[in-house]
Amino acid sequence: MTVDRTQVVLVVDDSRVVRKVARRILEARGFTVEEAEDGSRALEACRRAMPGSVLLDWNMPVMNGLDFLKALREEFGPGNPPVLFCTTENDIDRIEQAIVHGAQEFIMKPFDEEILLGKFEQVGLL
Amino acid sequence: MTPLGFETLATLLHRGSGLSIGPDKLYLLETRLAPILRAHALPDLDALAIRLRGAAPELERAVVEAMTTNESSFFRDDKPFAHVRTQALPRLHATRPPGARLRIWSAAASTGQEAYSLAIIVAENRALLGTREVEIVGTDIAREPLARAREGLFTQFEVQRGLPMQMLVRYFRKDGGNWRIAEAIRDMVSFREWNLLGDLRPLGTFDLIFCRNVLIYFDTPTKARALEAMARQLAPDGLLYLGGAETVLGVSDRFASLAGDRAVYGLTPPTAAPQAAVPQMRPLAAVR
Ligand SMILES: C[S@@+](CC[C@H](N)C(=O)[O-])C[C@H]1O[C@@H](n2cnc3c(N)ncnc32)[C@H](O)[C@@H]1O
Repeated sequence: MTVDRTQVVLVVDDSRVVRKVARRILEARGFTVEEAEDGSRALEACRRAMPGSVLLDWNMPVMNGLDFLKALREEFGPGNPPVLFCTTENDIDRIEQAIVHGAQEFIMKPFDEEILLGKFEQVGLL
Repeated sequence: MTPLGFETLATLLHRGSGLSIGPDKLYLLETRLAPILRAHALPDLDALAIRLRGAAPELERAVVEAMTTNESSFFRDDKPFAHVRTQALPRLHATRPPGARLRIWSAAASTGQEAYSLAIIVAENRALLGTREVEIVGTDIAREPLARAREGLFTQFEVQRGLPMQMLVRYFRKDGGNWRIAEAIRDMVSFREWNLLGDLRPLGTFDLIFCRNVLIYFDTPTKARALEAMARQLAPDGLLYLGGAETVLGVSDRFASLAGDRAVYGLTPPTAAPQAAVPQMRPLAAVR
């Protein structure tokens, strides 16, 4: 079976619970979910096969979300794949930083199904 | 609940706000009016109905308000707002004399997200509009949501529904766990308590009317009445925006939808056939 890569969401988060919640929500809407537990593994996953979009946590060991985002955009160019950044610390500075480094949207944790899917819709993935 | 009690409440709601409620919606009365029963130490809805048969204007308005649905979100459904940004504002600005003020009405404003979304669009298009003044008026029948709208304070949940993060960063600031709208945006909008079924003439004439997600609660004659009244408050080349589940079709012939869009309407010229309406409008470009 071949997977339509545009329908793949790479969920990058060091919390297994968050990955599981996101997987459940996204799979119910027909996405294929791949997981990575830190930025460096996520980057490896992107090099192997680029996902259609990335749901990205900010605070992670080994390589945090922002460093991953910078590395991703540097290596593969701007804009693609869309990245939805999410974090509990949602001050304006963080959001601006995410924008500057090429995130398409920002999700404040804790998120629920409506917010997550709403943001996917907002960036044109749904 | 007794049929008479139900009848009393249904009549009062229909007369008060246009809300059309059938016996299948009894559960809605029960859940939404429970706080009022408690506050007035009334045992049940029948007791409330009896109280309402006497003169009780404050209680009446509390009941009417409690039965409103105030759900809203920023840039709700996106499309109508994209239409304002890409079509309506540029055209109005190009065709109106310099110095003429544009007026936009959010006719069921609830907690203010619709009016503020429109204000944000205006702010984002300042370069195009130059010094042209734009006035945004938000009205609603319900006081509590209007008070929240005036306050301009939104929860984390609310600012994540429909609001692009660039707009959040530009036009809000963090206030405790909530987000407060920028003063410059808040100052563009005024909120007033107003019943859509009352006399609308004191509100004046508008270039754009957003009347979204409120007609769905009315029966057909009430919808027709509201549309008729709004037609009189709309500039001849103005536009009316309805909600995704709303239409003028089969309700009013005062409006005709713009080619290709069910949510945007122009006035039909008094004599022309509806399909010939507003030929100067170009069809809605693919937005989103
Ligand atoms: C679902 S909200 C719509 C909010 C916003 N227009 C939107 O689309 O997101 C409906 C609003 O209509 C208001 N409403 C109901 N009947 C009304 C009436 N007769 N006159 C004015 N407002 C009314 C309610 O109080 C409520 O706030």
